[in-house]
Order: sequence, then C-alpha cells, then structure tokens
Amino acid sequence: MLKLLVCIKQVPMVTELPWDAATGSLKRYMAEGMMNPACKHALEAAVQIKSLYGAHITVLSMGPPAAEEVLREALAMGADRGVLLTDPRMAGADTLITSHTLAMAIRKQCPDFDLILCGSCTSDSETAQVGPQIAEALDIAGAAYAAHIAIEGRTVQVQRECDDFLETLEMEMPALVTIATTGHHPRYASLPGLQNAFECGDIAVLDADAIGLEPGTSGMKASPTRILDVYTPTAGKTNVILKGAAPKMAQTLFERFGDRLSGAMAKDLKTHEHDDFHDESDDE
Amino acid sequence: MTKVTMNNDNRSIWVFGDYRNYFQNRVTLQLLARARELAPRIGAAVCAVIFGNHVDEYIREYIAHGAQTVYVCDHPRLKTYAVETFTTLTARLVMRYEPEIFLIGATDFGREFAPRAAKRLKTGLTADCVGLDINETGLLVQTAPSFGGNLIARIITPEARPQMATVRPGTFPERPHDDQATGQVIAIPFPEDIPCDRVRLVHSERKPPREQRIEDARIVICGGRGMGSRTKFKKLFEMARLMGAEVGATRPVVYSRWAEHDSLVGQAGKHVHPQVLFSFGVSGAIQHTAAIHDADLIIAVNKNPHAAIMKMADVAIVADASQFCSALIRELRKRIRE
Repeated sequence: MLKLLVCIKQVPMVTELPWDAATGSLKRYMAEGMMNPACKHALEAAVQIKSLYGAHITVLSMGPPAAEEVLREALAMGADRGVLLTDPRMAGADTLITSHTLAMAIRKQCPDFDLILCGSCTSDSETAQVGPQIAEALDIAGAAYAAHIAIEGRTVQVQRECDDFLETLEMEMPALVTIATTGHHPRYASLPGLQNAFECGDIAVLDADAIGLEPGTSGMKASPTRILDVYTPTAGKTNVILKGAAPKMAQTLFERFGDRLSGAMAKDLKTHEHDDFHDESDDE
Repeated sequence: MTKVTMNNDNRSIWVFGDYRNYFQNRVTLQLLARARELAPRIGAAVCAVIFGNHVDEYIREYIAHGAQTVYVCDHPRLKTYAVETFTTLTARLVMRYEPEIFLIGATDFGREFAPRAAKRLKTGLTADCVGLDINETGLLVQTAPSFGGNLIARIITPEARPQMATVRPGTFPERPHDDQATGQVIAIPFPEDIPCDRVRLVHSERKPPREQRIEDARIVICGGRGMGSRTKFKKLFEMARLMGAEVGATRPVVYSRWAEHDSLVGQAGKHVHPQVLFSFGVSGAIQHTAAIHDADLIIAVNKNPHAAIMKMADVAIVADASQFCSALIRELRKRIRE
C-alpha cells in the first residue's frame, strides 16, 4: 500500500487577525488557529489518492500543543495517523531549520514513505520554501505548485502552472509534491468524523529528543535568518470617507480624483461639471 | 554554516539570470539595477549567473543592464529549466566564488529553485522581498511581507553566506539599456558528473494569453457578493467597458458563478497592481486584500463603513455597491469626451 505523508501547519485564522494597534504587531496568542488553506488542499489530494489507489496517510505538524487540533481535523478528513512535533526548543525556526526538523521527524517516524505532500504556501509567512527544502533535505525528487497529481506504478505525474507555462512533470517515488490551491476542493470533516478523531484518533506527540535532534540544531538559535523588526504597512494611510447620496458621491469622486482616473483610463474626462471651473482641491 | 570570509577582497553580489519569459519577465534586470546601487556600499562587484543553452543574447542584455561579470554555463543539458541541476550548479559555483549576496527573482521558478539552493548551501533565504538595503554593518536588510502584506518584516542573515533573497518582480526599476557597457564573461564548463534531474519535464506549453491580462490592467474593478446578484454584478462589466478596465472577483462571487474562475483576485488567484482599483461590495478578507495591496489608489464601496476593505482604501464610499455603480456609470457617460 502507498505510504503518504502530509505536512500541515496551523496558522492564525486570518480573516480576524487581532492587531495590537500600539505596537503594530499581531497578537498571535489571541488568534484562533486553523489548518493552513494550502495544507488542506494537500491533504485533500492525499485523501483522493487514498480513495483511488489505496494508501495510508500520516499527517505531520510542528507547532505549539494546540496544533493537535488541526491534526485531529486531518484525521476526520481521512488521514490515518497524526504526528505532532512540539517542543520549545523547536520554536522560532526559520525555513532552513523547520525543514531540517521535519525531515528528521520523517526519517524517524515514516522512513518508508512513498510520497510527501505539502501545501504550496502558508497564509502567515508565505515563504513557500519549506516543501522544496524538505525534498532537498531528504534528497528526493520534488515539484511545486501541483494542480493535479496522478500515480501510475511508481511514477508520479504532476500538472502545474509555472510562470505562464502549463507543465507536466514526472518523477519516480519517493518524491515530494507541493499542492497549489487550484485543483482540489477540500472536503468538510463530518461531525461524527470529528468526534471520532477527537475521542480516539491516533496522534503521537514528540519532542526534540524523540526525533533525535542534536542540541543547537533546532529553533530560532540555529536559524540563519534574524527578524529585525515587524510593522504594519497600512499605518498612516490617508483615508477619504464619502457618505451621502450616490449621484452626489459619484460627482465628488470625479471632482477630486478625476485626474487620476482619466490618467489611468488614458481618456480625456470632464473632471468638473463646468469645464472652465477651476477647483483647487487635490488628490489627498 | 558557511562563515563570513573577511579576507575575501573579491566581494560580489550575484543575480540569478531568470531569462524564461523575457521580455515580459524583467525581474533579473531590476535586480541587477538594485545590486549596482547596493554594491558600492560593501565594495562589491555585480555578477549575473546564467544557466542555459544558446544564451548569448541574455549575456549581452545583462551587461547592458549593469552586470560587471557574467558567469555562464551553456550546455544542451540546460536547454530547459530544471530545479535539481540548477541547484547543483549554483551550489558548486557559490562555494567556489563565495558571493556575499545572492538575489533571485520571485518568479514561480525562482521561488522553487531558491529554497533548494539555500538548503544545499545551509544559508538563510528571505521570500518575496519588496525591499533590499544595506545597513551600517554592511548586512543586507531584506524587507518581506507576510500575512498577505498586512505585516512587513525586516530580516537579516548575520553569519551564513551568501545572504539570499527572492525579490518580487516590479519592486525595483531597471537601468536604461547601455550598449557601451562592458563586462567580463566567465564560461563555466558543464560538469559532466551532474546526474540527470529526477524530475522529467514531459510537456510544456505557454498559457493561452488573454486579450488584456488583469495583472497588467491599469484599472481593475473588483466585485464581491455585496453587489447583490448576478444581474447586478453585470453592471461592473459595463463600467469596465467604459473605463477600459478589467473585472476581478472575490472567491464567493466565483463560487456563485457570477464571474469566471480566471477573474479571481486573491491569494489563490491573480495579484493585481493597477493605478486605480475599484472595489464594489467586497468585505476585505485577507485572502483577497493580499492581492490588491499594490494598487496605487483604492476606491472601495461598501454599505458597512467598518468593513476591512474600507480601512485599507484611499477613498471609502459608504453606499450600496450596486446603486453606487449605477450612479458612477451615469456620471462616466456624462464625462467621457468622445
């Protein structure tokens, strides 16, 4: 039977991100977690492979203890086993060290994998780096941004969009493929499935020692990159608010922003009701 | 980790020559230009590195746009982009020449290739940068967005080398083409011991071009479910016709089939950077706003003054989206001089 491994990440529920207005930073501890959307697509791809060819699916996540929730959700969607790596010594890792940690765990927990699936990108840090770097760490074939994936014998075929090209790639297993959010529509976990996953799902919780991480090779300390500071780019934006009757506001819009509209349209616009009327108001 | 080599007096900044899709893809030229601005501050030379087959025209192009040295590996095995082969070649060259900084355009290929090269070299990589600078200690400060552009982080790589970053296309202006510019070309023989890529490209075709791509449009009109209905949504197409604009849609709109999937503007769809972006009846979920941040002027129309989109807009119009759209179309018809 095919052995699939899906890497998933818990990310803050981004539609309701709590900001600290004073520091301009994210109150991450207040944000509710969810499974990263692209990871969910990767899991869906795995579940579809399972129903087509038969497979055993391990889901692997690194994160705080609360990340166990997304692993249980993954079990409810059709995964067979969850592995959570959680250890303060792993915290704050950049992509180089994250991929090292995950690769170590894969070697320890699922060394006979056939195919690893990852989301192409996370919604929080958006690097898209961890998937390709796991492939590099394990020295296996890898392809990114798969929209469709098919398996024949030991061959994985991937269709993807890459820089204005539609490409079909093939490689032999073991391999790693990152899944784009275009080709798969993640199923909803059923309530009985969720209940079952939370009551008796098979989840292993492991720390750095359990996967054989050497001291000083994990977490922020081992990471080659350093974050100097973080800020919100929208702070200080001038914001014009218009209220009132629609026709009047449409007029106001042209009176105040007509120059920029006509520039973008490359058309000459009457920016004022009377052409010879001169208005001193400008864009800001 | 590779330590800084302080005694290296041949310091250099490398730019990866990403020539596929040239002329549309100009990110390599943009990076050469920025590298030339940064290089004097660390006493470095600017080098391009290019892997391919029959790439002489790109060598000339890179020199004309600021490359002082071009490392080129030209071989039939490099006829198409291949991530493993490019990674191996890069790693060997970097270990030999030890550049301080290595910049890669954040194209799809660049963002697949750069992480593998960084991993092989055991160095840091900052993704999709929107700014690059040199600080007082001579380190590369890499400015990168996260959370769909809602947060910006400044990142350094203090010790590992090279300092690597992928950089979003369009971030820096290119230098004017200089026919008189001269540069050194260093030919790298293709190492025959490099194994074949385990990933085989079995088919590749250019995506059929749209008439006008929404990514290139100077005006984009995005509609959300707040337009009310499929019929009302159609007004946006009329407005687009009058303005020469392109219509984009949010995910709920695409799911409701008021618009085609290829008009999806969002993290999973198109990123747009028009001069003017109109937003009608869009609440402003981060997956959508992430893709419109680069618009020069955002005009948002929403009944709810507290909608997230209204906070990021330059002009927030509190109104029913469909009604305001009708008013705007009437006003446009009056004002367009034929």
